[in-house]
Amino acid sequence: MTFENEHLLPGQIGHFFVLLSFITSIVAAIAYFTASKIDLENEKEPWLKIGRGAFFLQFLSILVVFGCIYHINSNHYFEYVYAYKHSSLELEPKFLLAGIWEGQEGSFLLWSVWHCILGVGVILTAKKREAPVMAIVNTAQFFLTIMLLGIYVFGEKIGSNPFALTRNELEGPIFAQANYLSYIKDGIGLNVLLRNYWMVIHPPILFLGFASTLIPVGFAFSSLISKDWGGWIKPVLPWTLLSCLTLGVGIMMGGKWAYESLSFGGYWAWDPVENASLVPWLILVSALHCMAIFKATGNALRATYFFTILSYFFILYSTFLTRTGILGDTSVHSFTEAGMIVNILISMYVLGITLPMFFLYFKNFRSIPSIQREENISSREFWMFIGSLILFLSAIFIIAVTSLPVYNKLLGTNLADPQDREFTYNKVMVLVAVILGLITGFGQYLKYRNTGTKYLISKLAWPLGISIVLSVVLAIVYPIEYTTKGPGFLGAIYAALFACIFSVIANAAYLKTVLKGNLKAGGGAIAHLGFTMMIAGMLISSGNKEVISDNRATGLYIPFEKDPTGRFTENPMENLTLLKGVPTQMGRYTVTYLDDVESPMEKTRTYYHLHFQRKDKDGNVDEDFMLTPDSYRMKDNNLSSNPDTRHYLTHDVFTYVSTISIKNEEKDTTAFKINEMAIGDSGYYAKGYFVLNDIVKNPTNSRFNFSPSDTALMADITVYSNDSTSYKAYPALTISNQEINFLDDTVVTQNIHLNLGGVTTDKKFKIGIKESNKLTDFITVKSYIFPNINLVWAGLIIMACGFAVSMVRRAKASKLISYIVIGFVLISLIYMFLFANT
Amino acid sequence: MKTSSIVILVAIAATIGAILMYSVDFSTYDSIGSAQEKQGQYVHLIAKLDKSKPIQYDALIDPNYLSFYATDSLGASTRVIYRDVKPPELEQSERVVLKGTMNGDVFECDNILLKCPSKYKDEKIQTENPVTQY
Repeated sequence: MTFENEHLLPGQIGHFFVLLSFITSIVAAIAYFTASKIDLENEKEPWLKIGRGAFFLQFLSILVVFGCIYHINSNHYFEYVYAYKHSSLELEPKFLLAGIWEGQEGSFLLWSVWHCILGVGVILTAKKREAPVMAIVNTAQFFLTIMLLGIYVFGEKIGSNPFALTRNELEGPIFAQANYLSYIKDGIGLNVLLRNYWMVIHPPILFLGFASTLIPVGFAFSSLISKDWGGWIKPVLPWTLLSCLTLGVGIMMGGKWAYESLSFGGYWAWDPVENASLVPWLILVSALHCMAIFKATGNALRATYFFTILSYFFILYSTFLTRTGILGDTSVHSFTEAGMIVNILISMYVLGITLPMFFLYFKNFRSIPSIQREENISSREFWMFIGSLILFLSAIFIIAVTSLPVYNKLLGTNLADPQDREFTYNKVMVLVAVILGLITGFGQYLKYRNTGTKYLISKLAWPLGISIVLSVVLAIVYPIEYTTKGPGFLGAIYAALFACIFSVIANAAYLKTVLKGNLKAGGGAIAHLGFTMMIAGMLISSGNKEVISDNRATGLYIPFEKDPTGRFTENPMENLTLLKGVPTQMGRYTVTYLDDVESPMEKTRTYYHLHFQRKDKDGNVDEDFMLTPDSYRMKDNNLSSNPDTRHYLTHDVFTYVSTISIKNEEKDTTAFKINEMAIGDSGYYAKGYFVLNDIVKNPTNSRFNFSPSDTALMADITVYSNDSTSYKAYPALTISNQEINFLDDTVVTQNIHLNLGGVTTDKKFKIGIKESNKLTDFITVKSYIFPNINLVWAGLIIMACGFAVSMVRRAKASKLISYIVIGFVLISLIYMFLFANT
Repeated sequence: MKTSSIVILVAIAATIGAILMYSVDFSTYDSIGSAQEKQGQYVHLIAKLDKSKPIQYDALIDPNYLSFYATDSLGASTRVIYRDVKPPELEQSERVVLKGTMNGDVFECDNILLKCPSKYKDEKIQTENPVTQY
């Protein structure tokens, strides 16, 4: 049978180039390995040529594969299962692109693309180290392209082909028909949770970070096989800095994304997925510092090798944790499909690269030179090494706690996350912040080998004094109000805050007084300043985060059932229900849910207009703004929300929709119950009673504005509910052109409608009341204020610029290139973090 | 740096690490029965939503109060109270991981992790005219 309307050509082309890239990666790896074993130039050259040729062919193949997948996804060829899963008709081009790396295959492909681009950089700059570094790069490429193969080895399927056809992968009766494609109207598309600006930018940068950590391993390999122990440090430094820069920025982009949209209530939740990428970064930063120590003093070479190889091991371990579904119960956003495939792949990867590297390292351990002289305690290298060690230990602590599911698997235990996961990490990491803040503060002023005490005191006195004063002022003017974990933890927060402030000031002063504003040489100081500013921002914004949607603060909260355990709960009640059109007090704001609008583009998306207003004591409006959070309502009533945020320089007001009312299309059939009442009479309804205060002719008030020439009557009614709240209601009737129009009024919280039905013969008034159990329009929101969050992002940007400054300096880049690189990092990060998504 | 000082540093590090790990108060995965024996202790329950019993949630009355019943694979059942909004996919979930403490007959839960049918595995091809002749 031939199937109708299929487009098989792009898939065939794509699959051919997958195979080609697989073969060329083997050829390139072998050629480069061979070349790296040969010392004679003229014998080496032919192997290098083969290696380069195969590598560039591979690069081309990977690009063609990428292009084919994009072509298939953007043209919605749902005969391919990848397009069916990751593309849909409504997606914009940027989300079609993001759809590629939503799946396992596409994300490994992205990783490959970066390996290739970095590989070109290595070929252009690494000179005699090209062969061994590229041997490692191509070995890694070999493992990544396996992921795209979809072949069977020993009965296990290895990898999965991104060009597999829907009719072969899914089961269903329609696939027996030649015209099955006409039944597939649309694909699943990008998961609505991921339809976000950051899904487009965060994975590429993070994968660049992942891919770049391979290059230092390649350089370590080049030195281990040639037994040229120290020579690799100088050329590897810019690469390591690039890696620290991109991985660090990639991780924090994830944090920004979480902060903006995933509604975890913050930028960092110590989720295993976050930890898994933080740990290699911490160890890589340790390696970076050891490299700098070696370059200046000849110390710490053994540690440099160790940290370099270990950080790559943790890149692979993190891939294992996040891709194999082992985190299942502990993480909110890990991949879960394709567990076994990735397991095998990563095992091979570790066996293929990390283990041999560790083997080479330990085999040569004794030969790697180390200086048998005690470091002076006043030397810079001593404290840099202590700092590296602290980073390394904190990484080990984080990964030891995060690996809990792995212990359960290996040992068969049933341990689970601690009750307060964030606090488990925070109580340790806050101490790490204290130490790192202090070390990065005074460490900058130390000189290699030893430092005079007088010099140190004279330089440090001012920064120390200023930061003590600043910290005390901060504690008085803007105290941290995080008391839930007791005074001990609060004290630790203050200590960390002081240490970070000290470091920011000391580094700034260092740039000014010691380097005399020579920023070129100040990459380290800039990065340290940024890092500690970021930590200070985290301490302040998390410490003083405020939930303003606390239900208890409003009159709306009515406990409808006593707690069966008979005790009062201390749980904060962080969600607040807003009835349509009813202004509700939320923290310092009066919030009104005005209306909702359906998105014209995406069928399941609704925008909610919330009006925020803050008045001062005299009733003058201080703040007035609209927030428009939105939600996707999927089939089965699933809800996925995107928050909206009002940004201020000093704080963000952050609101998202946590529940929406289910629209009831049924007709309201309840009838009005008519009460004949004189002025001053009262009537009853299920939850209370109401009083007719007055009847006004042609009224002018908040609800109506009649002129004396109109014919209108309005009832002034007060409704008293059983919970001793009262409401005003003004139903009215008007007569125009001899027709009576009824203007009913509603008391939404009581679900009652009031109607003025006319005048009876005995001068009473007909007041109709209708109680409806029909759901009223409402949404439930959660709302936070994050103070000084911009310190976090600003700190990150400064840190990234510090890495960039060091990188161009270590790479001995020309002035023009240096400016371009640093300018690019600065401007793009400022744009992405502070402007792009607001 | 001398080898001896490195060894000492590593030993100190290992001790600190061990103390830190010891300080981490891991919880456990439990069945409803074993959680009932550990009254007041923080546990993780792996259970299923009992669809035969009512789910009580009314955001108009209190958006921070959800009550439902859960059963586990051993057949035990408990009432669960969760003081937050109802997770929208609760009814569709195959399995729930409930974090909290057992108080008498009621499980006071402060975190719910839903395991929903995988987005892809369970997805039937969406067609506008389902084929019925088979």
